[in-house]
Amino acid sequence: MSAIPAVKIRSAARAIDVARVRADFPILETKVNGKPLAYLDSAASAQMPQQVIDRLTRYHTSEHANIHRGVHYLSEKATDAYEAARAKIRKFINATEDREVIFTRGTTNAINTVAHGFGRAFVGKGDEILVSHMEHHSNIVPWQMLCEEKGATLKVIPIDDLGQLVMDEYRELLGPRTKLVAVAHVSNALGTINPIKEVIALAHAQGIPVLVDGAQGVPHMKVDMQDLDCDFYAFSGHKMCGPTGIGILYGKASWLEKMQPYEGGGDMIMSVSFEKTTYNTIPYKFEAGTPPIAAAIGLGAAVDYLESIGMDAISAHEHNLIAYGTEALSAIDGVRIYGTAPHKAAVLSFNIEGVHAHDVGTILNDEGVAVRTGHHCAQPVMQRFGVPATARASFYLYNTVEEIDQLVAAVRRVQEIFG
Amino acid sequence: MKSKQLYQEVILDHNKKPRNWGHLDAPSHKAEGLNPLCGDHIWVSLNVADDRVAEIAFEGQSCAICKASASMMTTKVKGKRVDEAEQLVDEFRGMTTGSLDASQQNHLGHLTVFEGVKDLPSRVKCAVLPWHTLHAALHAEASTSTEGEEDPVPGSGIAASGS
Repeated sequence: MSAIPAVKIRSAARAIDVARVRADFPILETKVNGKPLAYLDSAASAQMPQQVIDRLTRYHTSEHANIHRGVHYLSEKATDAYEAARAKIRKFINATEDREVIFTRGTTNAINTVAHGFGRAFVGKGDEILVSHMEHHSNIVPWQMLCEEKGATLKVIPIDDLGQLVMDEYRELLGPRTKLVAVAHVSNALGTINPIKEVIALAHAQGIPVLVDGAQGVPHMKVDMQDLDCDFYAFSGHKMCGPTGIGILYGKASWLEKMQPYEGGGDMIMSVSFEKTTYNTIPYKFEAGTPPIAAAIGLGAAVDYLESIGMDAISAHEHNLIAYGTEALSAIDGVRIYGTAPHKAAVLSFNIEGVHAHDVGTILNDEGVAVRTGHHCAQPVMQRFGVPATARASFYLYNTVEEIDQLVAAVRRVQEIFG
Repeated sequence: MKSKQLYQEVILDHNKKPRNWGHLDAPSHKAEGLNPLCGDHIWVSLNVADDRVAEIAFEGQSCAICKASASMMTTKVKGKRVDEAEQLVDEFRGMTTGSLDASQQNHLGHLTVFEGVKDLPSRVKCAVLPWHTLHAALHAEASTSTEGEEDPVPGSGIAASGS
């Protein structure tokens, strides 16, 4: 194996004690084929620390009842915990008000809520929605469906060979017909961190609102709604050490007030008669039915956990891992990395010459290495780079340099097998 | 099951040098198989004469498991009667989904190298796709397009047509 150059450690943030962090994640002790698991698939779903698991257990053991309903002890306890989680998340993303934080089923559900509520109110025939070429399908398909229904047009900001937005083209595409810009904070397939503040400012200069798909943003870096000034920001709990089935739609109150609810039902109403229904205020207008209460509280616990480590420390740790991993994989002949922007999150998308990504994934699994293989729900990105699929290693706070070494050895094993 | 056992010499060889690669100019039967989950995408074309598979070819873009399975399938069914080919489809499907024990009487021969795929659920579709595509092609009524009608694998797109 070729020597891997030492990587300069960022000193700005306090370093993570990875061994201590790993002790919080019991699942990382898993053995796969007798080998230690190297879980390099956090961009698909991150693992939960014991603190979150314990919080879920405590809720189920001693706090569960339906929220916003009963006057009894447990209902009030559950309601308090649910609303406390909302407040924690509000603070975590520095939104102005709790009512701007809507619990959803996840990022996809959050984006669809906007596509429905904003789209039906503000998008009409001949209008344009602007997305980028690096979007996840969940930030493409809802807009396509809306455009089809409204006779609007979906426009695409191109990306360059490094996997970055072509900002000059973006400026050109913004125009009087543009009703919304919907762009990822961080690309799930390429790892590119977009200059999202600039994207937002340019749109706002023309009075155009912006939705940010933050599924790969919030888990990995400090995000500040007031500083970004975005109109909508969507993310998922399970990519940030929380449970599945819960996510957040942040929206500026001024927009949310004007939007139609996505679903009708219980909890989202003020009053109902057969003649007329008056909707509840935000955020409840967008939280029809009994929400995943436990998952919401679990997400609050995940926020506590991430804050106890420190988002700057997490970013710095991931920066070291991606630098190390990029150097190590680049040093192997026949490995191509997709997404080589200078400003990148901890996502390493690659292919081994002459080997399909699925064969790579199966053999890596034999070596205990878990990566995602496929198109990563970003087929336009795959088309842009002319490949059917890639293997994707993604890193989080609990990953180590040794796990990247394990990945590198496994990649060499694939090359051995395929000669 | 370790995939090392799956990625045996014979599979790696067929992946590297697929047999009957390409397409027939005027096939009596053809079908397209797509696994949208992983992006495997193949075309199988064949000429059936006197109820036998006289010629068969395949091409496409796929992983090693799918390509080797397709390659070995073409060598296996060439010259066979249509009902024999259909029986092989059934047996191959049975072996890779665990309902047929490869040590019992069967006609699969070398194709039993794919037996291990039954322990890799995410890869079963890769191995079976060529066979389902063959099945779809054989089921296409000559001179009738059955596009959209024949989908033996739920969740995968297989379109067949006869000409």
